[in-house]
Amino acid sequence: MSKIVAKTGNEAMAEAMRQINPDVVAAYPITPATEIVMIFAKYVADGLVDTNFVAVESEHSAMSACVGASAAGVRVMTGTSSQGLCLMYEILPIAAALRLPIVMCDVNRAISGPINIHCDHSDTMAARDFGWLQIFSENSQEAYDSLIQAIRIAEDPRVHLPTMVTTDGFIISHCLDKIEILDDKDVTAFIGQDRKANNRLLDLKNPTSVGLLDLQDYYFEHRVPVAQAMKDSKKVILEVADEFAKKFGRKYGLIEEYKLADAEVAIVALGSTCGTAKVVIDELRAKGVKAGMLKIRVFRPFPAEEIVKALSNVKALAVLDRSDTWSAQGGQVFTEIRSAFYEAAKKPKITNFIYGLGGREIDLPQLHTVFESLKNIDKQPVVQYLGVRE
Amino acid sequence: MASLKELSTRKDPLTGGHRMCPGCGAPIVVRQILMASKDPVVVVSATGCLEVSTTIFPYSAWTVPFLHNAFENAGATMSGVEAAYQNLKKKGKMTEHVNFVAFGGDGGTYDIGLQSLSGAMERGHDMLYVCYNNEAYMNTGVQRSGATPMGANTTTEPAGKVLQGKREWRKDLTEIMVAHSIPYVAQGIIGNWSDLTRKAEKAFSIRGPKFINVLQPCRLGWGYKPDSTLELARRAYETCVWPVYEVENGVYKISKPKEKKPVVEYLKGQDRFRHLFKPGNEKLIADIQAEVDRRWNLLLAKEATK
Amino acid sequence: MSEKPGWKSLPEGDVVKAGTAAEFKTGDWRSERPVWFPERCIHCLFCWISCPDSSIIVKDQKMTGIDYDHCKGCGICAKECPVKPQKALEMKPERGEETCQK
Repeated sequence: MSKIVAKTGNEAMAEAMRQINPDVVAAYPITPATEIVMIFAKYVADGLVDTNFVAVESEHSAMSACVGASAAGVRVMTGTSSQGLCLMYEILPIAAALRLPIVMCDVNRAISGPINIHCDHSDTMAARDFGWLQIFSENSQEAYDSLIQAIRIAEDPRVHLPTMVTTDGFIISHCLDKIEILDDKDVTAFIGQDRKANNRLLDLKNPTSVGLLDLQDYYFEHRVPVAQAMKDSKKVILEVADEFAKKFGRKYGLIEEYKLADAEVAIVALGSTCGTAKVVIDELRAKGVKAGMLKIRVFRPFPAEEIVKALSNVKALAVLDRSDTWSAQGGQVFTEIRSAFYEAAKKPKITNFIYGLGGREIDLPQLHTVFESLKNIDKQPVVQYLGVRE
Repeated sequence: MASLKELSTRKDPLTGGHRMCPGCGAPIVVRQILMASKDPVVVVSATGCLEVSTTIFPYSAWTVPFLHNAFENAGATMSGVEAAYQNLKKKGKMTEHVNFVAFGGDGGTYDIGLQSLSGAMERGHDMLYVCYNNEAYMNTGVQRSGATPMGANTTTEPAGKVLQGKREWRKDLTEIMVAHSIPYVAQGIIGNWSDLTRKAEKAFSIRGPKFINVLQPCRLGWGYKPDSTLELARRAYETCVWPVYEVENGVYKISKPKEKKPVVEYLKGQDRFRHLFKPGNEKLIADIQAEVDRRWNLLLAKEATK
Repeated sequence: MSEKPGWKSLPEGDVVKAGTAAEFKTGDWRSERPVWFPERCIHCLFCWISCPDSSIIVKDQKMTGIDYDHCKGCGICAKECPVKPQKALEMKPERGEETCQK
């Protein structure tokens, strides 16, 4: 039987990990993700899981150990944030190229400097080009559900790519929320008892060499399959979401449309901000403004076609980025959306707001300002910083 | 201890056809260590000469399961492999005993991989970490490392008109590993197969983390004729430049040369030390001799205090 | 054009079967070759344990020859050969004239 409980985002993710019962977890403490592995370590200490927990001496070693364990053929998870994720960057594309379905709990946090422990998406966005699937969560329930789905997605033979499920630091990770926890048996049945290994370093009878040196003649051929798997993963994500919806009732997609059908002005956002934005949109709708929102749940693979289709009737669009590319051309979400619209016959005018860096609060008045600006979108700069003192 | 005849019946961990230089000592380290294992082995290698030259896709010279991840993480990567194995064993999905062996060069071990190695040793994983120590970054073209001896010419601390090669003494990694209080730490050379395979056998008989530091002359970086790789390693032993010893549960056991030869006997055969023999550099050689003596006496004292 | 496989034909990930380097010949690196004199050989196998290229062929615990497909001619085997006064392995210039029992 499923049950309704109050859990923080970190507790929800740790609970999902307990139910997933991975074979190996290698992790290192970092605010605000520490709790996930602390809670999980207690599960290990209490014998509630069968996991071999490797309490490594750095995030670099955490990801390195995950690669070793996953190459050995078992189900592997980790959790991190910010500087920890940065320290893993070197190993993230190796995990993808070796096609290892490692699943990571990633709590979005600003990256240094200056050092800051609060939420923005800089850490995760900087990891967008490493061949990992990236799923964002609006709240604890989504984080919990997506983590369970991530095991299935990553381990699907059409994918075989590592996957990170993210929450927003403190905003989700540390805030109590009412969520539905599934029955342990249902989770096991959904994900399957064991990983069906695509990579068995420990197959002593059929020895292989893994992680070879590629020169000009093979490197390209080993990278392109990652792109293909990423492309193919869209279908798998939707299939897994459908099955999840049929079994457990909650429906997920690559994107979520909120009052977009007839919207004339709209925003795009990821993560916890979407919850706040829904309130603003309801207020605007009450005043007769045809406002809407597109929430991106899956950032990798990037759902370009779905986004273009969903927004093609919108007249003015503001993309909200909680990180910057520092290119003076806008944030990651903005640049990718604008690029996606290039060939579209019908497209909105698009502007970019970079907001909330280092945990700067995004409140209702700020979001009203964003919608207000869409009335004069022609006069807006390509990119502007929202909520910063000048 | 297994005889050579017995060893010759075991599976060679490497095939020919790898691209290591003629006379390279690294594959000799690998063969002598791994053939000492009666049980199956699984290997992780750090990035380095050994790794790139034995695994140019689609050609792998490894006949045993092999994984390469990156440069500085052989210890951590093997931690993960070993954790996975322990999990499979716990669940009854694997039954056979496996010896896990990680290889790293001195760059990947003394320098960039030290943290990863230290963590793996401290956590008590059942693995043997072997440093094939050629005392510089040979794969990238002979740059100095923490293992490079004082006075050696390298491309990042070259001998010139003002400077005479590396100005610092090498780091004593073996003693750093001893300080981890792991059950077995050893130093060996490739010029003495019976000693090295015996040490590997001993390491394989012990559960938990083990570390062996093997001096492996590099004909390219050290500058000598390729047939002298083993002989040069023996000279390092005879001059006590590279003491051969083991520390089992904190107890030191040193292999003492019959006659301790002067360090010049070791230095003179190598291009990397050639500038030390120029007039005016006599003091450098005397300094090296004094430091070798100091370290050797320190080691003897450690053996004496049981 | 190249006969190398395209990405669709390669196995998933960066993986190969063990030991494929045996197919890659390094024998043409030699400028000198070790020549074995079986009548002098005491089968101590010092050459075998010292060879960096796994190129000393041993069968039934006895040396039986040299793998010239892979031997790079480093000379370690000849140097380590303990047989006196004449070694059982001698380095000769790589001219193709010297033959060796295999």
